Amino acid sequence: MLAAILVMAAIGLVLGGILGWASIKFRVADDPLVEKIDAILPQTQCGQCGFPGCKPYAEAIAKGEADINLCPPGGADGVKRLADLLGVEPKALGEGKEPKPKSVAVIDENTCIGCTLCIQACPVDAIVGAAKQMHVIVASQCTGCELCLPPCPVDCISMQVIQEDVLSWKWRYPVHMMKRVA
Amino acid sequence: MKTQLFTFHGGVHPEQHKAESNAAPISVMPLLPRYVVPMRQHIGTPARPVVSVGDRVLRGQIVGAAEGYVSTAAHAPTSGRVVAIEACAVPHPSGLFDLAVVIEADGEDLSIDMQPLDWRALDPSALRNRIRDMGLAGLGGAVFPSYIKLNPGAQKIHTLIVNGAECEPWITCDDRLMRERAAELARGIEIMRHALGCTTVLLGIEDNKPEALAAMRGAAPPDWRVMSVPTLYPSGGGKQLTYLLTGVETPTGGRSTDVGIQVFNVGTAYSLYRAVELGEPLISRVVTLTGHVAQPGNFEARIGTPLADLIAAAGGALPGASGEIVGGPMMGFDLMDLAAPVTKAVNCLIVKSPSLFPPKPVELPCIRCGACARACPADLQPFEMYWYSHAKNFGHAQSYHLFDCIECGCCAYVCPSHIPLVDYFRFAKSEIWEREREKASADQARVRHEFKAFRLEREKREKAEKFAKAAEKSKVAGGADAGAAPADPDAEKKKAILQAALERAAQAKQTVTPKNTDNLPPRVQQEIDAIETRRAGVENTESQK
Repeated sequence: MLAAILVMAAIGLVLGGILGWASIKFRVADDPLVEKIDAILPQTQCGQCGFPGCKPYAEAIAKGEADINLCPPGGADGVKRLADLLGVEPKALGEGKEPKPKSVAVIDENTCIGCTLCIQACPVDAIVGAAKQMHVIVASQCTGCELCLPPCPVDCISMQVIQEDVLSWKWRYPVHMMKRVA
Repeated sequence: MKTQLFTFHGGVHPEQHKAESNAAPISVMPLLPRYVVPMRQHIGTPARPVVSVGDRVLRGQIVGAAEGYVSTAAHAPTSGRVVAIEACAVPHPSGLFDLAVVIEADGEDLSIDMQPLDWRALDPSALRNRIRDMGLAGLGGAVFPSYIKLNPGAQKIHTLIVNGAECEPWITCDDRLMRERAAELARGIEIMRHALGCTTVLLGIEDNKPEALAAMRGAAPPDWRVMSVPTLYPSGGGKQLTYLLTGVETPTGGRSTDVGIQVFNVGTAYSLYRAVELGEPLISRVVTLTGHVAQPGNFEARIGTPLADLIAAAGGALPGASGEIVGGPMMGFDLMDLAAPVTKAVNCLIVKSPSLFPPKPVELPCIRCGACARACPADLQPFEMYWYSHAKNFGHAQSYHLFDCIECGCCAYVCPSHIPLVDYFRFAKSEIWEREREKASADQARVRHEFKAFRLEREKREKAEKFAKAAEKSKVAGGADAGAAPADPDAEKKKAILQAALERAAQAKQTVTPKNTDNLPPRVQQEIDAIETRRAGVENTESQK
């Protein structure tokens, strides 16, 4: 009886020791869930979710502090993929979070006074310019976050919806024709 | 010569409809008053317009220059004046407009000085550069820039396959070309062989074109093999023909060049002959016009010919026409706008009528009969791919090798439930491409955002360090000042020089006025005044804020 208890206790100690050592040795520094959520988010860094960027929002979702339906640029598709990842029910986008068509910001060069405020606001450094020099937005880097609009003192930045062209055109989902039952 | 053929899996036998258009010789289209030359006629980066509105151009002059590596030039089809460079109707399934150079012909059809090339004496690389400027792209329908395909690169090309199978129903442009211009075509193939540095040349022609076979056998040098292949759609698919003639399979996601084989269409070989031996860029091609028209046939049309004019040349559409198909009935698409021009990719235009092309029957549920898998020439399982494409489960669709699908349409042709399978596959493919594009730009945005955060942090730190250093220095300096004389004996002198310079600058500012605003023409002066008032306005609004 005593021998059995001692043997079991010894096994428990040894295994416990191994587990304890492994948990320190193979520790995952970052939460991998945050990375996975961040990979789904569209990276517009627009802050429409109420967090200062996509990564903070991903962290908040991972901690369970934020809902999954706060990201308008990700759209319903993004919510669905987040729901799949987290194993929760997908839901509609939150109130006032309707997705807008994809756009890029354009600076009206005649009005720009070169104040550099928009350059500081741009989360992805997509605006080029210097003090008292005209600024210009690199369209291919612009995420359409609209963060440059409020700081502009002369309101010279406008959002232009990206038009579909021959290259970005997609084949439509085939229209499913059903037989009419009389 | 009897040679072994390898049969690929699947394939279908749609109705041929070749007899309608292959009887009459190729007729050359008369000169038209207006041509529309799109800049995106090939796979890759569109050409960049190098003319401006109002310019006079000559036949064969470059109007769009090749831009980047995967690109090729576009040329003026006749002499005349550039009247517009704008978005025009193009033959594309979307019906969207695309950038094109519109040329109004002057009727003289003057050409640039076309220089024939002694290609045998020319280095293959110089030859390729020339071909790039000649605007050559694969005329079989894929329009991949030919100069890239003629570059063997790291892989050694041992076999050149020339594709004269023309397996799609209705189309006969390659058939007529081989019958009528076999000798020129053969010279084009010799140029290809020279550029690729390969030895074996195989020519595959379906056995429903005996005249073309005979003509090509007559024109071919003894060391080529002109092979008759059984009539079976899609034996003219690049991978299918390669397997048919050599027994070599093209690896998944790869090209035939990976196994040392290069495939060209006969039309490309013919235009290569014209480009090199006559010095004429790709400004015309043979187009089949058939279906519900008065006189179906083949036309040698200039690139840029509006399709409406092409139909008029064939005597016009018959009453009851119900639309047009660009390309063949298996792989082609419905034309949205008759103003769209003939491009390098347009090999056929079919005018539809309800009797020739009855409306598609209603789509019924998939019964998983497997007929599509038996017909698939790419050895895929279309019903599985359909299932996942239909459910928009693109990851799974891709795991069934969606991207090996050549969109030949055999599966949809045999489907007893009339499911437009290829439409689903095209939809799934373009959705996947879109997602990949989006993911790439999201990744880029993430990297840039993270770098910006890092940069701001670094700047803050550097500033703090600088302040700390300065504070320490002033402390030290303050301590030293109390006792001894200045540490630097030159300091006084330097200070004096600086002072003098500042005074000089101030003086200059008072006396000198900028010279460039004297004697301005009134237009510029007006402009300056306008800017000044606008600036004053802006400053006003700002001060009000």
